Amino acid sequence: MTLAADNLALTRGGRCVVEGLTAALGPGRITAITGPNGAGKSSLLLGLAGLLAPSSGAVTIEGRALAAMAARERAKAIGYLPQTPDIAWDVAVENLVALGRLPWRDRGTEAVEAALAALDLAHLRHRPASRLSGGERARALLARVLAGSPRWILADEPLAALDLAHQLALVGHLRGCAAAGQGVVLVLHDLALARNHADHVLVLKDGRLLAAGPPAEALDPEVIRQGWGVRARWLGEPGAMALSGVLPGEE
Amino acid sequence: MNRASGVFAVLLAVLVPLSLLAGRVWIDPFAPALPAGAGLILAELRAPRAVLAVVIGAGLGAAGAAMQGYLRNPLADPGLFGIAPMAALGAVASFWLVPILPPHLAAWSLPALALAGAGGGMALLALIAGRTASDAAGGAGGGIALFTLAGLMLASLAGALTALAITLAPNPFALSEIVMWLNGALTDRSWSEVAIAAPLTGAGIGVLALAARSLDALTLGEEAARSLGVDPARLLLLLVAGVGLTVGAGVAVAGIIGFVGLVVPHLVRPLTDRLPSSLILPSALAGACLVLAADSIVRILPLVTELRLGIALSLIGAPFFGWLLLRMRRGRL
Repeated sequence: MTLAADNLALTRGGRCVVEGLTAALGPGRITAITGPNGAGKSSLLLGLAGLLAPSSGAVTIEGRALAAMAARERAKAIGYLPQTPDIAWDVAVENLVALGRLPWRDRGTEAVEAALAALDLAHLRHRPASRLSGGERARALLARVLAGSPRWILADEPLAALDLAHQLALVGHLRGCAAAGQGVVLVLHDLALARNHADHVLVLKDGRLLAAGPPAEALDPEVIRQGWGVRARWLGEPGAMALSGVLPGEE
Repeated sequence: MNRASGVFAVLLAVLVPLSLLAGRVWIDPFAPALPAGAGLILAELRAPRAVLAVVIGAGLGAAGAAMQGYLRNPLADPGLFGIAPMAALGAVASFWLVPILPPHLAAWSLPALALAGAGGGMALLALIAGRTASDAAGGAGGGIALFTLAGLMLASLAGALTALAITLAPNPFALSEIVMWLNGALTDRSWSEVAIAAPLTGAGIGVLALAARSLDALTLGEEAARSLGVDPARLLLLLVAGVGLTVGAGVAVAGIIGFVGLVVPHLVRPLTDRLPSSLILPSALAGACLVLAADSIVRILPLVTELRLGIALSLIGAPFFGWLLLRMRRGRL
């Protein structure tokens, strides 16, 4: 069930955005991909989702190269939630969620109902997307991914547009997915969210892996200094840590 | 078959017989004796014209629904994207060829060259936009935006070449023929035009139906659609082929009839769940209703010469477009 990158290199628009990256991600836990702006986080997530073909190296799922899989087979295994998921037509929540069944070519009524229930959307099923609040919308889009029953859930900044309460609620849902055995991979630029909620963290800088491991190690102040050029220290207690940082020379 | 399909199928079933009865010579089905020549008028004039209106309207409606789904934009019209102007350019070119062709070929040169123009437009669009679609898969992004620009480029090029053909028209008679023809009409069409348009349009709607579920996935954006297993290159080919067949066939036998593809999906959308796949069949039926009704009305208007159908629909369509823009500004679309 491992999703692995093996000496992965990715190119976008003629520019190398990820280089020589090797990492193995396990199911049943939340992996956070973090790093400074432009480090290649979103590109790596696209690569892991099989949506950006490697220019060298490979992404494998259970030892099989994603590039060699049929698009539908890959789509059944990996659910991907883009960073700014816009909804072109004003569809009702239940129809939006049912789009997750497209790779299966079935109605998947049970999976859709389960996804609606898991994200507490059953009472909003007939509401058009334009009349959802930001938090409801984020839940509906995640439910769309869950409805496809993917083994892996890959989401690009799913928490960025949400307030604190909705962030915690959505993390709770993702935690539930991990507990059920699904692999969850999130791009997070908020280091405190990564530190407090991830089981495993990959830190990227300039397309290369700077650190990987449990959050306390991978987001150690020394890594933050190297990655972001910020002198930082963690405050608070495990599970509710906050980051205090200053630019060098400002002390 | 959803609710919207049912509504427009019933409407069409009412409109077809009404359209057969209406015209310069009214046929009263309850009158004790039919007017002289009624059988001939029905079989040779009104029936092929009604069938052609249904076929062309269905093609334009389905193409509009698919195009709006593909571009994720309710203001898209299949006529804007190069295929109809290229078909028109092919047709205009035939006005140059007619005098030099043997008579038995001349009759077919217009639809044949219009279809060739549509085919050339499709090939160019697929070539330019197909390259950008594969770039998008490689991460350059903007596959659909570049499709739009490629289509607009093609449309303006075909428009310029058509204008050039008009200014260089071999004689005033050809000039007036070209200008008349560019404003589409169904006047004096026969079963032979039906035989050209019906199979091509049917095939085109079938191809668009194959793209329906992929268009649904695009509701979530290009990357999410790819993550759901949609192949952007295949979708582009289906769309270009489907729109090319329906619009090309329509232009080949009737000239340019605008705005149907833009207007019809808006009439249909509120009756559906708003996903593109739910729109294609009902938009075909509603497009058939709209063109049939408009063609029957221009036929019975008491004017010296018949109002051209293409002009009539643009007269309806342009204000409708403005109304859509105002509604969009108020965020109700």
